[in-house]
Amino acid sequence: MMDEIGETVLIRENGGLAAYLRRVWAVTEKDVRAELRTKESVGTMAVFALLAAVVFGLAFDLRVPRPQLVVPGILWVIILFTGILGLQRSFGSEMEQGTLAGLLLAPVDRSALYFGKVAANLFYFLVVEALLLPTLLILFDVNLIRPLILLGLLLGTVGYTGVGTLFAALTAQIRTRETLLPVLLLPVLTPLFLAGVGLTAAILDARPLSDLWRWLLILGLYDALFLIIAFLLFDLIWVEPSNQMIQ
Amino acid sequence: MTTSTRSWFPFLIVFDMIAALAMAVTMWAALLYAGDAVNLGGDEQIAQRIFYLHMGSNIAALLGFLGSVIGSIGYLITRRLVWDRWAAASIELGTIFGAAVLISGAIWAKPTWNTYWTWDPRLTTATITVLIYMAYILFRNGFENPATRARFASIYALFAFFSVPLTYYSARLFRSIHPIVFDGANEEAQGSFAIGQSMAQTLTIAMISFALLFAALLFHRVRQLGLESHIETLREEWQ
Repeated sequence: MMDEIGETVLIRENGGLAAYLRRVWAVTEKDVRAELRTKESVGTMAVFALLAAVVFGLAFDLRVPRPQLVVPGILWVIILFTGILGLQRSFGSEMEQGTLAGLLLAPVDRSALYFGKVAANLFYFLVVEALLLPTLLILFDVNLIRPLILLGLLLGTVGYTGVGTLFAALTAQIRTRETLLPVLLLPVLTPLFLAGVGLTAAILDARPLSDLWRWLLILGLYDALFLIIAFLLFDLIWVEPSNQMIQ
Repeated sequence: MTTSTRSWFPFLIVFDMIAALAMAVTMWAALLYAGDAVNLGGDEQIAQRIFYLHMGSNIAALLGFLGSVIGSIGYLITRRLVWDRWAAASIELGTIFGAAVLISGAIWAKPTWNTYWTWDPRLTTATITVLIYMAYILFRNGFENPATRARFASIYALFAFFSVPLTYYSARLFRSIHPIVFDGANEEAQGSFAIGQSMAQTLTIAMISFALLFAALLFHRVRQLGLESHIETLREEWQ
């Protein structure tokens, strides 16, 4: 009996960074594999993103003299709204199928679950963005496929999935999660959104590099700050109520 | 918990009266005592008097913001629900005073800036903060278990706390036209102003009074939330 407990502890504590990353990858792989079989998230996200691009195109056609003026905003608004669709599934499907308990019982650090989910969501987002950028090029004739825009997009997406995955976990347990997630998420994402739009617009305006680094700094700061906070706080989400002092 | 909540009551009544008196003095000072702005005329001259209430509400909203952070961190460390009640009450009041800041600012801005609204960094940040608070209040309503509610709401409040400075900084990279009252050194702002003695006194009175009003309302709301939770406990024991 003692041996068994000792062994369990060994599994939990064993290994360094490589072992931790393997656990993160296991969660990511599980999510991606489930996604490949069910096609619940990415397909819907991609179609929604394309639809939104078409809707924006129709809305601004003939009213906006130069599409460059609005394309940065369009890009980031589409990403914001598309992302919410995918994030809802992240823990929503686990709740519906009752697989969350199994996931939580896995002998890994809870933060590994979090980072695994973040990585899976990041993958979905990047797939959708890879489709979205050429679509915007075709519809608006504005080429967003430039190195610094892609870097900004990557940084923004990392921050978005980092915060979004944690908020998806926060809302997973309540009845109104579908409606509540965007309300919680959008205001907290404002710095990311502003910096993303600012960076994209500055690059389209061919501004010098000295005007761009501040936006990249904000995006980088946001990512670092919120991934660290999420790492520290994620454990707190899954505490059993019975363990708590009620006063 | 209950005895302390009950013994608050006489103290609260006195405190209420002090806060009400302070607000009456503020109204007198803002509308009658404070001198006219020497360089303004017409509507702008009348509108500038709303500034005292604007700044006062701003102080109260700021206290609400601080209270929510302290309450949330306190809850996550101690796991005592009383901290969560302070955080929740702070945010509710912060939302109301924050809305007052936005509305009074918009009323002032129309004659002064010739528009109700701009995307100035302070306006953007204040608006986003109020929206985050509204989200927080909606979020709390989704939970049955008080401990879960407190834990999740505290986590959300901490995220909000860290995102607000970044919102301000990123919004500031766009051009700012909000007057800087206490520091004329900001080059990005297009307007700044110096204030006379009676105006400075009125401003001080307004800020103190609004802080008192905030504190009085906060004590009442925390007490009320405490009683609510007590009733809930009693009901569970009865069943």
